[in-house]
Amino acid sequence: MKLDLNKKLDIRELMKDIEHYQPKRRGWTWRKHEPHLNMDGYEYLEVSTPLKQSVGLPSSKYFNNIDPQPLPVITTEIASGRFEDDIRRMRMAAVHGADHIMVIRTAGQSHFDGLIEGTPQGVGGVPITRKQVRIQRKALDLIEEEVGRPINYHSYVSGVAGPEIAVMFADEGVNGAHQDPQYNVLYRNINMVRSFVDAAESKKIMAYANMLQIDGAHNANATAKVAWKVMPELLVQHAINCMYSLRAGMRKEYIALSTVPPIAPPAPDLRINLPYAVALRELFKGFRIRAQMNTKYMESSTREATVTHVLNLLISKLTSCDIQSTITPDEGRNVPWHMYNVEAIDTAKQVLIGLDGLMEMVELKETGYLREKVRELKERAVLFLEEILAVGGYFNAVNLGFFIDSGYYPERNGDGIARKIDGGIAANTVYKRDEDYLAPVTAHFGYNNVSQYDPNLVHNPSALIDGCTFEKREKIIFIDELDENDNVYHRLAETEKYRSTSLLKPEVEWLGDGTVMVDLVLPTDARTAEYAAIEIGKKMNLEDVEVIHREVLHPSEGTRIQFKGKVTFDIDVNDLVIPEPPFELTDAEITEFVKTHGFKIVAATIGEDEHSVGLREIIDIKHGGIEKYGIECTYLGTSVPIEKLVDAAIEINADAILASTIISHDDIHYKNMKKLHEVAVEKGIRDRIIIVCGGTQVTPDLAKEQGVDAGFGRGTKGSHVASFLVKRKKELLNES
Amino acid sequence: MDKINTRLDDFEERREHLKNLSDEELHDYFWKLAEQVVSPLIDLAYTHTTPSIERSVLLRMGFSSLEAKTLVDKVIDHHLIGKGAGHVVYKLAKLKGISIREAGLALIEDKYWEEVLEGFGVMKK
Repeated sequence: MKLDLNKKLDIRELMKDIEHYQPKRRGWTWRKHEPHLNMDGYEYLEVSTPLKQSVGLPSSKYFNNIDPQPLPVITTEIASGRFEDDIRRMRMAAVHGADHIMVIRTAGQSHFDGLIEGTPQGVGGVPITRKQVRIQRKALDLIEEEVGRPINYHSYVSGVAGPEIAVMFADEGVNGAHQDPQYNVLYRNINMVRSFVDAAESKKIMAYANMLQIDGAHNANATAKVAWKVMPELLVQHAINCMYSLRAGMRKEYIALSTVPPIAPPAPDLRINLPYAVALRELFKGFRIRAQMNTKYMESSTREATVTHVLNLLISKLTSCDIQSTITPDEGRNVPWHMYNVEAIDTAKQVLIGLDGLMEMVELKETGYLREKVRELKERAVLFLEEILAVGGYFNAVNLGFFIDSGYYPERNGDGIARKIDGGIAANTVYKRDEDYLAPVTAHFGYNNVSQYDPNLVHNPSALIDGCTFEKREKIIFIDELDENDNVYHRLAETEKYRSTSLLKPEVEWLGDGTVMVDLVLPTDARTAEYAAIEIGKKMNLEDVEVIHREVLHPSEGTRIQFKGKVTFDIDVNDLVIPEPPFELTDAEITEFVKTHGFKIVAATIGEDEHSVGLREIIDIKHGGIEKYGIECTYLGTSVPIEKLVDAAIEINADAILASTIISHDDIHYKNMKKLHEVAVEKGIRDRIIIVCGGTQVTPDLAKEQGVDAGFGRGTKGSHVASFLVKRKKELLNES
Repeated sequence: MDKINTRLDDFEERREHLKNLSDEELHDYFWKLAEQVVSPLIDLAYTHTTPSIERSVLLRMGFSSLEAKTLVDKVIDHHLIGKGAGHVVYKLAKLKGISIREAGLALIEDKYWEEVLEGFGVMKK
């Protein structure tokens, strides 16, 4: 199976024979640095190998469509609850430049004692099962060939089934995962002893499969009452997980710290976030930095979120990051929508490219406020660690509520999350290994008495059973579906008409969800506006209308509202009348032709027509008109008699005549076109001159029926006209 | 134990012993403390196991998640988890001269547990 950029991915084809699919590789992949890369005449210092196929920033059309790719891996989180729809979004994300696809798990999976199987629908995430993982990895194996860059697939090794999930991920070629026992303990209330014992096994398996690990410390920031006050604790949490991972057998370069700038405007963002970012990167030199974006202070404004995230990107650039994570700007108001994943990826790409080479020009000061704060944070973290040891170790410290306290350590507010050593989910499920304990498998952590059977296999325990699934993939037992009703086939059947017929419906997360957003201003206060907006939605025949954003423009003069709702109709694309797209050459092609051949035109509005705005737009350089290509334009003015226009063309030996005609009463515009053609014939120049007519009421085909070469209607741009002129001139040159 | 009492920010007093350390010394001290915090935890993991670890062993030995769950539950019921669930299956396969999968599936069907207990030299409790 191979993807074609111009064709939709066929999910049924993708799922065919999935029980036998083997992922292409194991392990994490970084981007390849391309120092001093030159693209369209610009030199880049901190970029990676460009993609084979991609969609650049909107402005890239002014730069020969280049799409320089930043150096850090770029993350996007995709988990709408339906993995099959998420695959389409992964394809959108990859073509915009994401190469780390993170799949959030469905609510409650942390507490599921074992693996979930099949393809059930999730809530706020996807149930991570072998089948879904395998299908998504297969999709990404295809998508990475489409864009020409390896894509890292990522989910979570946590909860009460961590080691099992880690094994399944290693089997299925998952490239990265969150793993941090502290996350289980603090946020999922899973027993702390169980969490740490499980974590060592999980980490050992991840290390074997070269999976990149991301820790969970950033959650403290999102949970804490005053986000920045947990900064000393964050350093401690990172240290505990990093050290534990090293001791479990992970290598430093596969251990990534998930770090978030804790505060956001209107607080003085950089004065708090920058010293923290510097302290963290100094203490954890050699580990990898996964720079996450702030979610703590996200409201429903996508603009505000984007600006905060741009500041976060500035910190990444002023310090360092190996992975730049993105948060969709709509995360403060709903489960992310397709277009906001793409917006967030583009924001990261745009800012990182825009700041390329920044540190060649500026540097962080070595004295003063920044250094003092960095030192203070490190000392506060050291004091925190000292006190953990003073109270008898980590478990006691958790028991005493040391973590997520809203005090700025050593300040204490007594409101931390306290857990009991023998409490929480799966308490008392840790067992001592006997002297003859054995696990005849690869990547097993801890005591393992292999020598009782064969002293030669101490370093290769799975040889006792002739290899485990890590060496012999065929030993994996694949479970297809366990639930007759809650599975992908049922969901696909429900939306089949949008897949295999010509029907089309808007969507934001799932095929055929019908959701649209309406953005409007009401000249009233916020509360009135909100209720008025709901009525407006209903009158627009939308279902499930819900206000998702309100913004005061003025307390009484106006409120901006964004609401969502569902349309109840389909569009049949077979019923659409879609005109041919205007022919367009690239700017470079037009300029090159004009430069080598020269090009002169005469232009005027003809008949009794004073409307010159449109024609000026087509001609003037400042409006992006045809002058910018070097085309020599002689503008004769308005209401120019047709004979005079043709005479002028003869006099300057023009290549083309551009005539504009707006007034359409009694088809006068078409009559004038016909006359223009006839006069040119009479004067003997028609075979060597191009005649182009335009105007708001002009239909291209009707214009051509009058004998002119082309007609241009509403929405025409200078580039369309120039493209046609060059193309027609080439034809004329070939004819002669 | 109760939650720790509230405390005002006494950073200036507490840092007395740190303030004369060089940045490098402070850095090394930070990691030394981290190692001290983590050491007893990793030691605990080294000598203990859990149902999830044992299920993960069985997955690697070629059992499905459903089979692994049932097997581990039965291993715990027979007080054999200290031996390792994979070990239980391996032991039976050796005793009977059958494959690992045959041994595991037999145990799921409640066959041969007596032999396994005997093989480990423990009597059924």
